[in-house]
Amino acid sequence: MARRSHVQTTINGETVEFLCEPRQSLLEVLRDELHLTGAKEGCNNGNCGACSVILDGRLVNACLVLGVETEGKSVETIEGLAEPDKLHPIQDAFLENAALQCGICTPGFIMSAKALLDENPNPTEHEVRYWLAGNLCRCTGYDKIVRAVLDAASAE
Amino acid sequence: MRDFSYIAATTIPEAVALLDEKGESARILAGGTDLIVQVREARRDVDWMIDIKSIPEVNVLDYNADSGLTLGAAVECYKIYADDAICDAYPSLIDATTIIGGTAIQGRAGVGGNLCNASPAADGIPPLIVLNATCVIAGPNGEREVPAEDFCTAPGQTVLEKGEMLVSMKIPAPASNSSSYYLRFIPRNEMDIAVVGAGASVTLDAAKQTIVSARIALAAVAPTPLFAEAASARLAGREVSDEAIDAAAEAAQAIARPISDMRGTAEQRTHLVGVLTRRALNGAIQRVRDAT
Repeated sequence: MARRSHVQTTINGETVEFLCEPRQSLLEVLRDELHLTGAKEGCNNGNCGACSVILDGRLVNACLVLGVETEGKSVETIEGLAEPDKLHPIQDAFLENAALQCGICTPGFIMSAKALLDENPNPTEHEVRYWLAGNLCRCTGYDKIVRAVLDAASAE
Repeated sequence: MRDFSYIAATTIPEAVALLDEKGESARILAGGTDLIVQVREARRDVDWMIDIKSIPEVNVLDYNADSGLTLGAAVECYKIYADDAICDAYPSLIDATTIIGGTAIQGRAGVGGNLCNASPAADGIPPLIVLNATCVIAGPNGEREVPAEDFCTAPGQTVLEKGEMLVSMKIPAPASNSSSYYLRFIPRNEMDIAVVGAGASVTLDAAKQTIVSARIALAAVAPTPLFAEAASARLAGREVSDEAIDAAAEAAQAIARPISDMRGTAEQRTHLVGVLTRRALNGAIQRVRDAT
């Protein structure tokens, strides 16, 4: 077995150190080593977006990043979004619009939406739909999700 | 996932020495959007992943209206389409980099990795071919250059030999009155693999009526992306007309040798080559004419 590497990274603003094998993805490190289970494993091959997180300001699929690659980098996950007594405006908008049913895809959608609104605070519906094309939802039919993101944009 | 070792190389000689030493058991890691999936699904045996993203040369993204573009092998798609000058100069490259996967894939995947993965259906390769890109390769015996159309040799196979790695792609500065276009056919709006892809670049005369030169490239209709050389040559010196474009499209169809699979039949793909070649040529011509 390859030696476990020591990795120091910043997760949701806090410096975190962990040991991992090279073959462990960032998603496995988040869930199995750091017990941050917000990012979900759906397809594990980059199609579904359930594991979307923000790495150094860019949206990525955590299943397609190795844990060892995050040395010295900054990771944002769904756990870092809400304040202790206040949801993030995107989370509020998802609730208000009933933009979720089973909830498995929701953390990925919200992180993807956050990356969009960080870069483009006033997207068109077309831009929202294309940006979110890498996030799959089998429950909602997407319309409520798109409306939630547009609502969050106008609320922010 | 299979056990392997990870090394972040910081210089080209270091990466080349590792590749030379480890041979077939080593693989370059750039964006990882193909490689990590292939290793996880046991489609590729890798004992060593050599991460090149800390090497300065593979991160170069440098455009100059005189000398053209140097596109480092690990530059992610999103950096390419975020650059307005590159969008203006090489629109076919932008057509492709904005449709490779979704946002999260474009945050990690690059054109260099798309090229080295050597999928017959790669969206990033036809633009390199029509833009006359040269691939800069480093190896144990120094550097060499290979035209983009000669880089892929079979599905998943390239000209890279033991110890060699892609460093960058060099694209010449666009000629005046030239433009380019890439499109693919997929049954969805986004997030799919090309049933057929077609790219074209054209240079028109000053009056924008006559084609000085053109290049056409095809994806997903042969074991590698194809440069449709004869079809391209037919357009040189021709006035822009439906007849000239139809003739080029027919010549492009003649070199397509597609297979039938779950994405489409050989017959449908051959038909699509004609349709998409016409659209790519007309799209590139329109872009020249729309430019002020």
